[in-house]
Amino acid sequence: MPDTYVFIIVGMGLVTYIPRWLPLFILTKYTLPQWFKEWLALIPASVLSALLLPELVIGGDPRHLDIMRPEMWVAFPTFAFALVTKSLGGTVVVGMVLFWLSGKLF
Amino acid sequence: MIQNQIMPGVKAAWPICLGYIPIGLAFGVLAQKAGMSWFQIALMSCIVFAGSSQFIAVSMLASGSGALAVITTAFFVNLRHLLMSSSLATLLQNEHRGKLSVFAYGVTDESFAINYTRMLAGDWDLNRSLVLNHTANACWILSTVAGGFFGHLIPPHSLGIDYALIAMFICLLVFQLTSRVIVLTAIMAGILSVALALWIPGNSYIVLASVVAASIGMGMGKLSRIFQPGKGD
Repeated sequence: MPDTYVFIIVGMGLVTYIPRWLPLFILTKYTLPQWFKEWLALIPASVLSALLLPELVIGGDPRHLDIMRPEMWVAFPTFAFALVTKSLGGTVVVGMVLFWLSGKLF
Repeated sequence: MIQNQIMPGVKAAWPICLGYIPIGLAFGVLAQKAGMSWFQIALMSCIVFAGSSQFIAVSMLASGSGALAVITTAFFVNLRHLLMSSSLATLLQNEHRGKLSVFAYGVTDESFAINYTRMLAGDWDLNRSLVLNHTANACWILSTVAGGFFGHLIPPHSLGIDYALIAMFICLLVFQLTSRVIVLTAIMAGILSVALALWIPGNSYIVLASVVAASIGMGMGKLSRIFQPGKGD
């Protein structure tokens, strides 16, 4: 059994490292076409939004749309705080406190 | 060196650590329940360093899945990092390949968003990014191992810790919203991602939604330049 764990861990390590590494190793040595650079410039906001929104409005197991989740309602003041202060640490703390309070209230 | 590169990197990493500690502790508890020793937990956090893949791997192992199924799933769950590293590559042209290979190890959703935003703003470089990545990495490893030992003592859902990463994503997204095209692209990606998440099982909705939204966004950017010459954003 320990051998299986090591095999799984090393295998997981490889398949998670290669996608992180390949673009940095290859793409940094070539001048990329303008359209590709423009496309890649839109990727960060897209990925973050694609990660975030389902967390807010989808309930688990089986997945279903639920816009009344506290995750969703706490997101509005948290978003406003981030927009005004531009402080990452502050936003994390404010979000946690608001979410904790929402659990106390409802 | 210490003043210029190590301190800013460590300082910028603390919000990430705040998010990683509760998640790492929770992972440690689950892994220990699934029969992993503290050493196996540490090994996995060191070698894999990918929160969502690790959670999924542990629950798959606990339910008796085979090694190849676990590894294949980890590959697909983490495929989004291919996109993130590609975006980072546009800002790291001609950097040293050895350094880039070490940096690649630490590319996570969170480190990517901070490093990318700050490099774009111009007050950040590869060395500081490396410090940030490895500070976050150390936090992750330590908290997962600590979770294996005494994570069960902490009541679940205490102090809003479940919201730490969500709040971080909200702020990281706000940092990205610098032009109208980006805002529209982000809205499309979010809606598309929710629709796809409800429709298809697994985690491929993240990559699919991002790729489609960025492609449409690029098209909109081109169109806006055609109709408003000289005012492209």
